[in-house]
Amino acid sequence: MQFLSYLINGLGLGSVYAIIALGYTMVYGIAKMLNFAHGDVIMVGAYIAFFSLTRFGLPFPAAVLAAVLVCTTLGVVIERLAYKPLRQATSLAVLITAIGVSYFLQNGAQILWSSSSKVFPSVISAGSISLGSASVSYLTLLTIVTCIVVMICLTAFINKTKTGSAMRACSEDKGASMLMGINVNRIISITFAIGSGLAAIASVLLASTYPSVYPTMGSMPGIKAFTAAVFGGIGSIPGAFIGGLILGIIEIFAKAYISTQLSDAIVFAVLIIILLIKPTGLLGKKINVKV
Amino acid sequence: MADNTDNNVKAPVLDVQELGIDFGGLTAVNDLNMQVYDGEIVGLIGPNGAGKTTVFNLLTKVYNPTRGRIIFDGKDTAGKTVVDINKAGIARTFQNIRLFGNLTVLDNVKTGFHNVIPYSPITAILRLPKYYASERDIEEKAMDLLKILELDQFAYVTASNLPYGAQRRLEIARALATDPKLLLLDEPAAGMNPQETAELMDMIRFVRDHFKIAILLIEHDMKLVMGICERITVLNYGMMLAQGTPEEIQSNPDVIKAYLGD
Amino acid sequence: MKNITSIFSLSGDKKKRGRLYSFAIVIAAYIIIEILLNTGNLSSLFKSLLVPITCYVVASIGLNLNVGVSGELNLGQAGFMSVGAFCGICVSGILANTVTMPVIRLVIAMICGACLAALFGFVIGIPVLKLQGDYLAIVTLAFGQIIKSIFMNAYIGFDEDGLHCSFVEATFKLKQGGKMLLNGPMGATGTQKIASFSVGIVLILIALFIVYNLMFSRSGRAIMAARDNRIAAESIGIHISSTKMLSFVVSAFLAGAAGALYGLNYSTLVPNKFDFNTSILILVFVVLGGLGNMTGTIISTVVLMLLPELLRSLQDYRMLIYAVVLIMIMLVTNNEWLKTKVKVITNRKAKGGASNG
Repeated sequence: MQFLSYLINGLGLGSVYAIIALGYTMVYGIAKMLNFAHGDVIMVGAYIAFFSLTRFGLPFPAAVLAAVLVCTTLGVVIERLAYKPLRQATSLAVLITAIGVSYFLQNGAQILWSSSSKVFPSVISAGSISLGSASVSYLTLLTIVTCIVVMICLTAFINKTKTGSAMRACSEDKGASMLMGINVNRIISITFAIGSGLAAIASVLLASTYPSVYPTMGSMPGIKAFTAAVFGGIGSIPGAFIGGLILGIIEIFAKAYISTQLSDAIVFAVLIIILLIKPTGLLGKKINVKV
Repeated sequence: MADNTDNNVKAPVLDVQELGIDFGGLTAVNDLNMQVYDGEIVGLIGPNGAGKTTVFNLLTKVYNPTRGRIIFDGKDTAGKTVVDINKAGIARTFQNIRLFGNLTVLDNVKTGFHNVIPYSPITAILRLPKYYASERDIEEKAMDLLKILELDQFAYVTASNLPYGAQRRLEIARALATDPKLLLLDEPAAGMNPQETAELMDMIRFVRDHFKIAILLIEHDMKLVMGICERITVLNYGMMLAQGTPEEIQSNPDVIKAYLGD
Repeated sequence: MKNITSIFSLSGDKKKRGRLYSFAIVIAAYIIIEILLNTGNLSSLFKSLLVPITCYVVASIGLNLNVGVSGELNLGQAGFMSVGAFCGICVSGILANTVTMPVIRLVIAMICGACLAALFGFVIGIPVLKLQGDYLAIVTLAFGQIIKSIFMNAYIGFDEDGLHCSFVEATFKLKQGGKMLLNGPMGATGTQKIASFSVGIVLILIALFIVYNLMFSRSGRAIMAARDNRIAAESIGIHISSTKMLSFVVSAFLAGAAGALYGLNYSTLVPNKFDFNTSILILVFVVLGGLGNMTGTIISTVVLMLLPELLRSLQDYRMLIYAVVLIMIMLVTNNEWLKTKVKVITNRKAKGGASNG
């Protein structure tokens, strides 16, 4: 039935949103800031992968690796140059700076690579497998599997490694973490690195699904992934995962059953309704203020 | 002529009956019975964690009780919100100072007159005559309060820049601006030196005499408590341990044990 | 203790002077620009920016009320502008034959746009009130996107039978001789341009009047109290929801009026113009001008709108430079080291001033 294939496609799109949302939520949880430029890091990743595949003729895994390396470095550099000096500033000031970084990346890309869309080569074979009555393309399958793998690895990393527990400590209380001997600066840089690396993976999947690459391509997915992160409860990793998946499913269903033009409006409307029912997001924690 | 001017005949302004609250598995307050009469200064004391501020939060509807009733000014307060209860006549200060840090001292007090001298936003935007009359009234009354709490020289200072003792007094001034019948003071002398504490005691007594209100206060400074409270309720582990005059409380062996341990 | 008053600042008079400055700046700017216009000294580029700048100034003043005075991060201000813009365009189109004097038609359109935007603000305010912080911001962002989507799919026109409106192109039918007002994603085309710079200046003055009178009043104090300490504000009887709603509706009203003026300044206007980027642009104007500082907002809006044009000679690089300038300003103004330096200087000034007076 159509329903099943829509559901799976929704999971596919949602997987991309989830991977991007993880970057937003981790940075928010630990550095307590909204990294507005995250969506544009995705754009950079897509361009790097594009050039690796076309101009340098690298095989697909190498292209992905190149994107990951560049994005990870970019994320850490941005953090050190633009965000670290503002650790003590108001969150609004950091948000504006992030906006500046976002504009910088978009316009830089426009100057370097022109604003015309480039077509991302298809690297995944065009076949599909059948799941019951639905046919699932290899790409969608790969996307969903990647997302699950990322989730498992990330959760294991956060819960089982020393760095992971240091990250959890920093998200609870930076001051106390410092007193416990945790190098908070290093942890924050690692957080940005992981988030940006994940963004690179998401960028390749995104560019494969919607094969046009252009300087503002990260903007809308960024906004949607950000809303997914808040929807799932900002700061919560499982929340970002679930938020992203649900958002993807809603978007595909809205496109299929209601209207393509109004699909964005519907996605955002559903978000508002959910937040009204659960004001701190699906898995968000209510912060109890001592009176 | 029979003389029936006993306190027992006059209704209390605050009547707490079997008050209790549970937070999940933890019972923070249990079976509390307490009365405060018009014009009284009553103390609420007890070791740390006894539940004193929780009682204040229950009285001001920050929390809703699990058990029991709170009768204020003859009416049951069940179902009221924090805003309602202030309009009904209970005002409070906070253990952790909660001033409007970006506003001046004078403006902090002026906010207290929000429901006492109201006028609509349209009146404000169009600067109708009622605006000017109301603002003059508010300014005058606010300055009077500042003078009583000895804050008038700080009138145009930004509240977050005030010295600590002055911040505590500002909270009192702001609470008084709301024209309460019952004033709840949560550790008003915290962090004050002996001289500031003595001045505060005089201020509290003056406030009670001048405004004719009842005051319920939480304090750890025993000199202040024994000095100005007419009656004291002692709380321990959320339950009432003892009630009585300062002399009775001071000589009560259970109270001494609760504070000093066995 | 006695010296403390000399260290700290801001008597009531100083605040009043600050307010008068902003009115003075606007009037002075108007006079200067009118002189330059009449003597033919303004480039056509600059002339074309006059009305848009006034529109963005007003929208920014409104947003400053939300973000600076009320402490709420509103990421959907462009949505309210678009409501005002398209409402204004429709009203102007409908009244084209009945109200022939352009200025009057413009004012009516602006009032309609402002009121409709205020209504949207009220409706949006109802769910928004329940939320705090980032969640509130996200909902305003979502509403901005929804409003944009609505206008991308709105087909409005009128003919001899009256007003027609539809959200599906196929079901929209207009008789011969009818006038198309909004054409879905193509927005408004063939709009009569009746906007004027003078009206824009008057709008700025009205916006300042409204916002200042609100700030320096019982409502303003309540809004700022709710911003500074929600729990304490409730404890003195302030309804947090009412204060948030008030700032939202007033801000939307101003954005709507600004939007109507903007819409009637161009013969074509697409709904895509009022997207998230525009909301962010207005937010940048507000933050750089200083939260709660209306004079600062006026100056920052004008400067930041002129900057890309002044850098036009640098062609493709201008937006990049704009971004770098933005980052540099944020770093410099928010670095603790520089902040304390500035404080010492202003304290010395206040101390010297107070001891003389």
